[in-house]
Amino acid sequence: MWVYTGGEQTTMADITANQAVTGPLIAADGTPLKRKLAQTTRRARMRALLLTAPLVLFLLVSFVFPIGQMLYQSAHNPSFGDVLPNTARALAEWEGDGVPGEEMFAILAADLKQAREDRSIGRAATRVNYELPGSRSLFTRTVRNIGKVEAAPYKEALIEINEKWDDPILWATLKRVSNDYTASFYLAAVDRKYDADGSIVMQDEKRQIYVQLFWRTLWLSALITFLCFLLAYPVSYMLSVLPLRYSNLLMILVLLPFWTSLLVRTTAWIAMLQSEGVVNDLLVWTSVLDDDNRAQMIYNRTGTIVAMTHILLPFMILPLYSVMKTIPPSYMRAARSLGANSFTAFRRVYFPQTIPGIAAGTLLVFILAIGYYITPALVGGQDGQLISNLIAFHMQRSLNWSLAAALGGILLVGVLVLYWVYNKLVGIDKLKFG
Amino acid sequence: MKIGLKTAIAAAVAATLGTAAMAEGSLTVVSWGGAYTKSQVEAYHKPFIAKTGVQIKSEDYNGGIAEIKAQVEAGNVTWDIVDVELSDAVRACDEGLVYPIDHSILPPAPDGTAATDDFLPGTLHECAVANIVWSTIYAYDSSKMADGPKTMADFFDLEKFPGKRGMRKSPKANLEFALIADGVDPADVYEVLGTPEGVDRAFAKLDTIKDQVVWWEAGAQPPQLLADGEVAMTTAYNGRIFNAVAAEGKPFEIVWDGQIWDLDLWIIPKGAPNKDAALEFLKFSTDTQRLADQAKWIAYGPARQSSAPLVGKYNDGKIDMGPQMPTAEENLKRAVQNDFEFWADNQDQLNERFNAWLAG
Amino acid sequence: MSSNGGSDRPFVTFENVQKSYDGETLVVKNLNLEIQRGEFLTLLGPSGSGKTTCLMMLAGFETATHGEILLDGRPINNVPPHKRGIGMVFQNYALFPHMTVAENLAFPLQVRGLSQAESEQKVQRALDMVELGAFGARRPAQLSGGQQQRVAVARALVFDPDLVLMDEPLGALDKNLREQMQYEIKHIHENLGVTVVYVTHDQSEALTMSDRIAVFNDGVIQQLAQPDVLYEEPENAFVAAFIGENNRLRGTVAKAANGSVQVKLPTGEQVSALPINVRGVKGEETTLSLRPERVVVNPRGKKVPNVFEGRVEEVIYLGDHIRTRLNVAGHDDFIVKIPNSADHPPLNPGVDVKIGWSIDDCRALDAPAGE
Repeated sequence: MWVYTGGEQTTMADITANQAVTGPLIAADGTPLKRKLAQTTRRARMRALLLTAPLVLFLLVSFVFPIGQMLYQSAHNPSFGDVLPNTARALAEWEGDGVPGEEMFAILAADLKQAREDRSIGRAATRVNYELPGSRSLFTRTVRNIGKVEAAPYKEALIEINEKWDDPILWATLKRVSNDYTASFYLAAVDRKYDADGSIVMQDEKRQIYVQLFWRTLWLSALITFLCFLLAYPVSYMLSVLPLRYSNLLMILVLLPFWTSLLVRTTAWIAMLQSEGVVNDLLVWTSVLDDDNRAQMIYNRTGTIVAMTHILLPFMILPLYSVMKTIPPSYMRAARSLGANSFTAFRRVYFPQTIPGIAAGTLLVFILAIGYYITPALVGGQDGQLISNLIAFHMQRSLNWSLAAALGGILLVGVLVLYWVYNKLVGIDKLKFG
Repeated sequence: MKIGLKTAIAAAVAATLGTAAMAEGSLTVVSWGGAYTKSQVEAYHKPFIAKTGVQIKSEDYNGGIAEIKAQVEAGNVTWDIVDVELSDAVRACDEGLVYPIDHSILPPAPDGTAATDDFLPGTLHECAVANIVWSTIYAYDSSKMADGPKTMADFFDLEKFPGKRGMRKSPKANLEFALIADGVDPADVYEVLGTPEGVDRAFAKLDTIKDQVVWWEAGAQPPQLLADGEVAMTTAYNGRIFNAVAAEGKPFEIVWDGQIWDLDLWIIPKGAPNKDAALEFLKFSTDTQRLADQAKWIAYGPARQSSAPLVGKYNDGKIDMGPQMPTAEENLKRAVQNDFEFWADNQDQLNERFNAWLAG
Repeated sequence: MSSNGGSDRPFVTFENVQKSYDGETLVVKNLNLEIQRGEFLTLLGPSGSGKTTCLMMLAGFETATHGEILLDGRPINNVPPHKRGIGMVFQNYALFPHMTVAENLAFPLQVRGLSQAESEQKVQRALDMVELGAFGARRPAQLSGGQQQRVAVARALVFDPDLVLMDEPLGALDKNLREQMQYEIKHIHENLGVTVVYVTHDQSEALTMSDRIAVFNDGVIQQLAQPDVLYEEPENAFVAAFIGENNRLRGTVAKAANGSVQVKLPTGEQVSALPINVRGVKGEETTLSLRPERVVVNPRGKKVPNVFEGRVEEVIYLGDHIRTRLNVAGHDDFIVKIPNSADHPPLNPGVDVKIGWSIDDCRALDAPAGE
C-alpha cells in the first residue's frame, strides 16, 4: 500500500525512500510501477530527443559557439602575447614607469628575432597600432633591421633603429596590450580610450563615431518600425477581411517581394530613386521638379528609410494579419450595436485586440532593423549608415575583429535589454508571430 | 560576426570533407572582377590553360585581406593565388598569411636580364610579385563638359564645375587628392598628411565638396555613375575608365594631374591547396610577354621594364596603349606613389576619423 | 400574449424589403412584417432562409436592397447601427476579451457619456439581473458558456434599449443549459417589457419562448402566427414539416364538400381532410399533414371517419410515450405516438392494427414539387 506521509511536496528522493519503507506499487507483471512507467516512456522520450538532436547540435555549432567566440574575442586578444610571449611576460612583471632597462630590451630583441623567423610581427604590430596609431611601422621596420642587432646593449641598438623605442607612452601602451584580456575594444566601441596614465578618457572628438551611430541605429530602427506599422496595419486589416480569393492575391503581392532576393529589391530601389531614376524622371516630366534640381532620394538617410521600410514590411504584416484573422467581425458589430461609432469601436474594441500582433511585429522589425546591413550599405550613402555597417567594415576592411566583436556584443546586449523591457511591458507570452 | 560564423562553419566543414575536392588539378585565381579580370583571363589564364592543361577557376573579390585571413585562420584555404594591392600584400606578409616567394624562380627577360633587375624598383616584395601598375585618377564625361577640368584643384572646384562628385568610400587617395587640390606639392603629400594639421587640412578640403559626393566602393561603379549621369566627375581606377572609353565608346576623359599610382601583386595564401600550380601560374603570368599582352586589354602598366617596348595597341588595333599607361612620362608629371607604410600605420585612426566625418 | 405598449402603431415595420448580396438572387424576397412593442418575435427557419439577414438589416449591419424598415415609425435605412439604440446578442456572444465583465457592460454606457457613478450602478443592476453580481471583475474567458451568455444578454440590456435582437444566442450551449436559459431570457423579457426579435433554427426553442413566430424559408415568411397556431394549424407543407413531427401523405383531391375534401391516395384509399391550402379542384395534388399524437389506435365510435389498417414495423420506448412506426397506405414511415398509459397496451412489431384520425386533425396542404 502506498501511504502519503509528508505534508510538504514530496521529492523524488522522498518517494524512493518511502517506497523502501512502505513497499512500492507493483505493476501487474511484478515490476515496480515507477520503473515500469519509466520503461514505457523512455523509448518515446529517447526518440523525441533524437529528433531534436540535429537541431540542438546545429544551434550549438552555428549559433551558440560563434556568438560565444565572438563575445570572447571582444575582450580577449592574444595577438601581442602570441607573437612576443617572453616580452609579454616580462611586461606583466614590469612596474610600468618610464622606459624599461636593458633586460627588457634584450628579451624584446630575442622575441623580435623569433617573430622575424615566424613572419608574425604584423599581428602584434596591428594590435599595438589600435592603441597607439603610427606604431605599426615601428615594429615592422625594427623587425626588418633586427638581424643587424647581434649583441648587447640591445636598448641602444633598438633606439638607434627607431627612436620611438625610447618613448614612455609606447611602453605604457605595450604593458597594456601585453595582457590578453582587455576592455579597450569595448571602450573603443563607446568612443572612449585609455590615456597614457591608463585612465579612461573620451576618444579624440574627430574620431568619435560609435555612440552617435548606436543612437542613430536605434532612432532609425524605431522610425522604420513605426512606418512599417503605419503601412502594415491597413494592409493586414484588408487581408483579414477580404474574401479569400482577393486576400490570397493580396497576400501573394505582399509575399512576392519577400521571396525576391534582398539585393534585387535594394537595387530596384536604386533604379527607382536615383537622381536619373524613375521617380525623379516622373517628377521632372510632370514639372514638379526642375531638371537641374532633381531630388536626392537615395544614397542618404531617406534611401535607407524607404528601402528598409519596404523590405521589412512583410515582417510587420504577417504577425498583424495572423492576429487580425482571429478577431471575428462580430466584435466590431457588437461595439457598434452598443452605441460606439466606427472610430470608437476601432479604438476601444478592435485595436486593443491587435496589440499582440503589433507587439510581435514591432519587436521583429525593430530587431531586424537594428542589425540590418546590406540595404544601408548599398543605399545609405554617408548619413544612412547603421552600426552594422561599421561592424562589417571592421570585419572585412580594417580586420579589427575584436572591435567588431565588441560592437556586436553591445548590439546583442541592447537587443536582450529590449527584449526584457518588452517582456515587462507587453509580456512575451502574448506575442503572436503567426 | 559574419566572418566568425563563417570561420566556425568553415572549420567544421574542412574537418569533415578535407580539401580533396580542390586538389584535382584546378587552380583558383582571385582578382577584382570586371574588365580587369577579363584582361587577366585573356592574357594569363587562356594561354596558361593551353600550355599546362590546368583548369582555372576565376573568382572575384573586392580587395582587402579579410577573406584570406578568415581562410588561413580557419585552416580551410580555397584560394590559390590572389591579386592584391601593395599595402595588403605587405600586411598579409607581416601577419604571416602568405608564403614568401623566392625571386630567383622568376623567368628572366628575353634578353637575359635577371628578373630582379628587370622588374621596376619596388615591385618585388618578399611575399609578392607585382604584375601591373595602376592608378587612381579622376574622370569626367566630355560630352557634358566641353571645357573640362584639368587639375586636381578643379575636382574640388564646385563653382567652376558644378555637379556631383564620385569618390571611393575610403580615406585612401581621397586625403591625398584633397591636399594636392589644396596646393600641396605631390612629392610632399605624405609628409603633410603625417601631421595632425595636415590631416585636418585634408578633411577641411573634403568638407568643401562633402554634400556633393556620391560614394562608391567597387571599381566597376564609377564608370557606371558617370554613364548614368549620377555624377559630373568621379575618381576611378584608370583602367576601368579606359575600358569604358575603348570597349564601350563612352566619351570619358581622364585627368592625370595628381594621380596616385599603386601596384597590384600576386600573393599565395598560406595553405593554398595548389601551391605548386599557383607558383607556376605566378611565373607564367609575370613573364615579359604575358605582362605586355595584358596591356592589350586594359590600360595598366606592366611591372617589367622589358615589357614596355612590347606594349602595342589595344585589342581593337587602333588605340595606342603607351600614353594610356599610368607610367607614361606625360602622366607621371604630378603623380604620387601610394605610401603603403603610411597607410599601414595610420589607416586605423584615419578610417575611424573618415567614418566619423562621413556620419557627421 | 403581451403586445401594444400604448400606441397601436407597430414598433418595427418591414415594408416590401428585399435583399440581394450578388445582384442575381434575392436572399429576402419582398418581406412585410410588423412587430408590436413589447413583443417577443422569433424568426425561425433553416439556415440560408434569410432570417439572419433580416436581423442584420434591422441592426444596421446590412442595408436593404429595396424597401423600407421603420423603427417606431421612423425610417432607419440611413441610420448607422450605433444610432439605432438597438441591443444585440450575438451567436458567440462577442464579449470583448480584453475587458472585464463589468467593463464590457459599462462600454455602451461610457460611449453614451453616462457618469461613472450612474454607469456603475446600472452595470451592477444588470449583473444582478442575470445573477452574476460577483463576477464583474472577471474576464469573459474565465466564465463558463452559460455565464458568458448571461453577460451578453446583460450587456445588450444594460443601456435600456427598447428593442433587443438575438442571433441564435443559445446555439453554443448544451441542451440542459439551453433550456434553462430559454426560461431565463423569457422571464427577463416579461419583466422588462422590452421588444425582442429572436433568430433561431431550433423550433422547440421558438415554440417555448415566442409570442409570435415567423417561419422563414427561401427568403419568404411562410407563416406568421402564435406558437400554438403554428403547430396546430400549419398553413402549408413547409411549416407543417418544419414545426414538430408530422406524417405526410401525398394524394389528389377527389371531391370537395361541406368544408372538407376527399383525397385519394396513390394506393386507392380515400381520406377525409380539412382543406387549408388547396383550392378543392378535382385532381389537384395535395399533401395531407397529420400529427403523430393525433392518430388514434383501435378507434371506436363514429367521430373518427378515417380508419386504416397498419402493420407495426418498429416500436421505440421513450418513457412518456411509445413511438411506433407503422406501414400505412404504402408508407412505411407512418409514425404514431401512443401515450404510455394503462388503457394503451403496447404493440409488437408484425402485428396488424387499426388506426384512425379525425377530419380536423388531417390538413390538406399544398404539394411542393419534388417531394
